[in-house]
Amino acid sequence: MEGLTEKPLTGHLKPDGEALDISEYEGYGGYEGLRKALRMGHSEIQKEVKEANLRGRGGAGFNTGLKWSFVPMGKDAPRPKYLVANADEMEPGTFKDRFLLERNPHLIIEGMIIASFAIEAETAFVFLRWEYTLAAKRMRRAIAEAYERGYLGRNMLGSGFNLDLRVHVSAGRYICGEETALLNALEGRRAVPRSKPPFPQTSGLWGRPTVVNNVETLSNVPHIITGGAEWYRKLSRSGDGGTKLFGVSGRVKRPGLWELPMGTTAREILEEHAGGMADGFSFRCLIPGGASTEFICEEGLDVKMDFDSVQKAGSRLGTGTMIVLDHTVCPIAALHNLERFFAEESCGWCTPCREGLPWVARLLGAIEDGEGEPGDIETLREHTRSLWVGKTYCALAPGAMEPLKSGLAIFREDFERHIREKGCPSKRERG
Amino acid sequence: MLSDEERSEIEEEIRHYARKRGASVEALMCVQRRRGWVDDETLKEVADMLGMSVGELDGVATFYNLIFRRPVGKNVILICNTISCMVMGYENILAHLEERLGIRLGQTTADGLFTLLPVPCLGACDRSPVMMVGEKLYPGLTPEIADEILREHGWRG
Ligand SMILES: Cc1cc2nc3c(=O)[nH]c(=O)nc-3n(C[C@H](O)[C@H](O)[C@H](O)COP(=O)(O)O)c2cc1C
Ligand code: SF4
Ligand code: FES
Repeated sequence: MEGLTEKPLTGHLKPDGEALDISEYEGYGGYEGLRKALRMGHSEIQKEVKEANLRGRGGAGFNTGLKWSFVPMGKDAPRPKYLVANADEMEPGTFKDRFLLERNPHLIIEGMIIASFAIEAETAFVFLRWEYTLAAKRMRRAIAEAYERGYLGRNMLGSGFNLDLRVHVSAGRYICGEETALLNALEGRRAVPRSKPPFPQTSGLWGRPTVVNNVETLSNVPHIITGGAEWYRKLSRSGDGGTKLFGVSGRVKRPGLWELPMGTTAREILEEHAGGMADGFSFRCLIPGGASTEFICEEGLDVKMDFDSVQKAGSRLGTGTMIVLDHTVCPIAALHNLERFFAEESCGWCTPCREGLPWVARLLGAIEDGEGEPGDIETLREHTRSLWVGKTYCALAPGAMEPLKSGLAIFREDFERHIREKGCPSKRERG
Repeated sequence: MLSDEERSEIEEEIRHYARKRGASVEALMCVQRRRGWVDDETLKEVADMLGMSVGELDGVATFYNLIFRRPVGKNVILICNTISCMVMGYENILAHLEERLGIRLGQTTADGLFTLLPVPCLGACDRSPVMMVGEKLYPGLTPEIADEILREHGWRG
């Protein structure tokens, strides 16, 4: 079949960094998935995607086809229904959705159209962070091209199906990426999360059934339809279907992003693809999938990077973009940086998070500056319990506690020395 | 006063939402693109167009980091201050910018040319440290590159 590759997301990208335009995209078999989907029934598409075991690339790893299956269907279903591509990417250390938005906009659009068709949504949004200005330009151009060729708009390709697709540019707030906060943002409200249930699939935007999927998730959909669930599952080296965009940042030889089979080990990504540590820097540990995941050290590097394996190893796959800490980075300073981010981005809706995160950030700052006290470590540990899953209104605060919880264990000695020696020992050693 | 152009652009945005208030952020950005920030009087006019109270729209405006309710410089510098950029040494770049411009994070230069603000991860962590000036991304910063970028935007130092 034309266009099917081992790298469905990035296999045909242009080496000069430009986006694939619509003719180039069609030349590689683009929009064939959509034509095929329009001949399938809604439930058949949902079933195929579910069997492909495509798991949400926004970080939570929920089975995408299953998510779609909760949307009420048929003529009595509430309408209009909505589909949103979550392109609010702001998780520190994460740079994968930007890449797809800038380089392969039609893949995202085709995925969105198929997803919309599968749930009978008539309006779709790309929810894009303001800072992604190049992505906005390229997405808008691609959307205009898709309208011109009849892939969007009324009676798409003669199917009787209508779809409008628009880019919504947000204005900078991490919490907007949380799917229910995102819905409030799209309604022109302060973007605080909503309580679940009801889930967006039954009551989302303006109270109507809505599916929110990550950009990378949606980019997998066209190939699942073209190649079939079985083919897609086999791209993976583990139980989760397909490939994944893995990234590495920090002091490695070749920081970057690669599309690899799901289940590729962290060591292979780090050593083969990123080229290992840069000269003069040695490996201390890494955060596997964006700021809100737990640290992994040398002995954990053979973990397969897929949702279940990383979870079993005590962390989370998250966004699949790892941040490497080298021997020159003070781990307390790194934790302070992470927690300051979460504290500043807390939406302030629930008390434990609004009060707790700034406190955590202040304590870490004090320890970093040599003003910590012996009881501080226990206070920090208490916060990892009081801000854990189920104690706060949304997943921001528990996410913030993941690196802290593991950091308190892994960097125990660094914490104690900072407190005992009233300052950063490595800073002193380096002069 | 909203210009005719601003009004028609906002009306066009409103058409795409089930209810008018859905266009809040886009409408405020319409204003900010032209004026640099959103003043009280204009905010009220926008609120009227969206069928919202001033308090409601201001609540939305102040929620976001990138909607400015106070004047900013001609060039807004957004420097990434989160983890990958920290590992790659953004703090040196920030100190350098502060020294060159004679301002601290959050401030505007006396000549009104630059405002210096922090921003979380710009999604370019493989090219850290990075910043934006206006709508443009500048990766792989060093002090020398930062000077060049400042000059490109009118800094004479
Ligand atoms: C604080 C917070 C921020 C989030 N930011 C994003 C984001 O920027 N992009 C994203 O796709 N998902 C983000 N998520 C996850 C979304 O809530 C949601 O799970 C996801 O968009 C669902 O898509 P998926 O099933 O395709 O992964 C965030 C979650 C939380 C708690
Ligand atoms: S946990 Fe934090 S971000 Fe989430 S609702 Fe509560 S205050 Fe807002
Ligand atoms: S942390 Fe600075 S660009 Fe990602």
